[in-house]
Amino acid sequence: MIRVAQQPAHLVGDGAHELRIVPPGRWGRFDLRELWTSRELLYFMAKREIQIRYKQSFFGVAWAVLQPLALTGLFTLFFGSKISTGGVPYPVFALAGLAPWIFVSAATSQGALSLVGDANLLSKVYFPRLVLPVAKTISLLLDLAIALVVLFVFGAAYGVSVGADALAIPGFLLLAVATALGLGTFLAAVNVKYRDVAVVIPLLVMIWLFATPVIYSGTAVGGWAQYVYAINPMVSVIGGIRWAYLGTAAPSGLGIAVSVATALVFLVGGIQYFRRTEAFFADFV
Amino acid sequence: MSLPNAPAVDVRGVGKRYRLGQLHGGYQLLTETIAQRLRAIGQGREKPAEFWALRDVAFDVAQGETFGIVGHNGAGKSTLLKILSRVTPPTTGEVRLRGRVGALLEVGTGFHPELTGRENVYLNGAVLGMRRVEISRKFDEIVEFAEVRQFIDTPVKRYSSGMYLRLAFAVAAHLEPEILIVDEVLSVGDLAFQEKCLGRMERVAGEGRTVVFVSHNLPAVQKLCARALLLSKGRQVVVGPTRDVISEYVRSVRRDTATRLDDRADRQGSGRLRFRDVAFESAGARVDSPATGQDFEIVLGYETRDGRRPRNVNVAVSVSTILGELMLHLSTDTTGTIFRELPASGELRCSIPRCPLPAGQYTLNVWADAGGEVLDWVQHACELTVREGDFYGSGRGQPASHQAVLVDHEWSLSDGAQEPREDASTLASPGLGP
Repeated sequence: MIRVAQQPAHLVGDGAHELRIVPPGRWGRFDLRELWTSRELLYFMAKREIQIRYKQSFFGVAWAVLQPLALTGLFTLFFGSKISTGGVPYPVFALAGLAPWIFVSAATSQGALSLVGDANLLSKVYFPRLVLPVAKTISLLLDLAIALVVLFVFGAAYGVSVGADALAIPGFLLLAVATALGLGTFLAAVNVKYRDVAVVIPLLVMIWLFATPVIYSGTAVGGWAQYVYAINPMVSVIGGIRWAYLGTAAPSGLGIAVSVATALVFLVGGIQYFRRTEAFFADFV
Repeated sequence: MSLPNAPAVDVRGVGKRYRLGQLHGGYQLLTETIAQRLRAIGQGREKPAEFWALRDVAFDVAQGETFGIVGHNGAGKSTLLKILSRVTPPTTGEVRLRGRVGALLEVGTGFHPELTGRENVYLNGAVLGMRRVEISRKFDEIVEFAEVRQFIDTPVKRYSSGMYLRLAFAVAAHLEPEILIVDEVLSVGDLAFQEKCLGRMERVAGEGRTVVFVSHNLPAVQKLCARALLLSKGRQVVVGPTRDVISEYVRSVRRDTATRLDDRADRQGSGRLRFRDVAFESAGARVDSPATGQDFEIVLGYETRDGRRPRNVNVAVSVSTILGELMLHLSTDTTGTIFRELPASGELRCSIPRCPLPAGQYTLNVWADAGGEVLDWVQHACELTVREGDFYGSGRGQPASHQAVLVDHEWSLSDGAQEPREDASTLASPGLGP
């Protein structure tokens, strides 16, 4: 008792902080509380991503402005006169697709490399592993925000008038974030164990780009095919943003439901797979 | 609720199994895995080779105790450390940690060269589990401790390696968990800074924190820990008072060195070249134990498999005290010698003029590699006993307790005034006068 009394009170083990380390079960627990406990680490990791990205690129923050603008220019040059946009000026039309697309494709392909890229951290210190892919996605949200500001400035310059429908934009962005997080965490976990996956990701993203109405308009797809098309959540994200902001044809409710369902499957499935395999990441990197 | 006197660290039957090939970056290729599974359908399953890096380890550490974990390289120390720090899960058993845990397997984990010192302190602190307010509170102290105040807003890629290490240490040293799990991270850095770190660790231990200290530096363990655990080949050999653990460690080293090198099975490397024996020669004749100050040669007899001639071979011998303190590292890499092509069998000689080791008992590790491929690596390949001798040719002995190694030196007196001495006061403070 005397020994205990000599110690500062907060150092006496009272069972409040008991931690059990046991062999992991067959299935990971879908438990995000740990991620919430580590929100400060999440903040610092996201900040690190942003700082490094901008410090290492020649253009700095301007890159987040230049990239969507350059692609918009390029697309306008090649497809501007050939694509039917429902009366919307092609540059604004393309930029409205590019802003969410650049975010989701970057979050997916960079998220896939987030664990392997911090292999040293994984093998030297414990922290909730989800912090790495999630911080990557969060850091890219800043670029998305910048791209959206560019879109709105651009739209204003082309005389786009914003209506009440624009209030739906955050909802479609949420769908994009869920898609990016789900795919990023899943691919990150797969890539730890199977290192050849990273090689095919750029190709898959390229195929995905053509299956997504970034360059072209998705409204031409009708009948039952539009629901199959909407299995790609980006169809509803971009279709929805163009409708909400530019007043093009509204996506069907059922199509959006299909997209939300896929995104949820990606998100829950991705995190579940991640949590199931995360215990062994340090053994593989 | 656990009992107030329940151990802070409670390890029960812990084991860790790896698949062979998984030890160092065991990733696979998806395409290969699919191909293997397809092939396996026709032939039935082939069980992958497995390896227990750790087996049936059980011990506990009381609240406020400083506990040591010792063992040779490959004994399972780092695996145990990774399990305790939750980097990797155990395959069997259970660990209970009662208290907030901080683990230090490396200093500067998460440091990024592009970020400034300040940014890295916050990032590294967060990675180690410190809260933001806690880092802010200790920030000035950390910078003071690291002695980098003027460069704190400079990217660490511009730091000298000393500054970088000091800052990394400083963050680590200000981690104040209830249970601290530390690897040998404190054994680098310059001497003065090392002392500072050890001092801080002793203070941390004195504050009633529980410390688990993993090391193969037995004198440090002896100094810091009352109880320890000895691991060998993944199994625990003994747990108890540090003195008992150390004598068991010495006994196990003796068992190794007593075995003929050619018969040793506990060696690593491809085996394309194998050391067969180690002998010592002086003036062309075999000697059992050279004397301090005597010229001698270490003679490594080797043979190669299939009579193939290994090319571009690096050879190294390290000499440690029986307690594992490294004394000398003799390698062709550092002297710039390269054995372009070795005959199928022969003797490699390393000549040491005037043995700089004081009388005592040492052990030798031997190593050979060729272009990144480890050929042969044997720890405690043999024992080296150094007899007392007259290093300085002065006819006086050198008390072994006074020094680790002997070096040539000479004493002289130079006159501070550069002029003929006029009074006795200059004599009293040679070289220190104004």
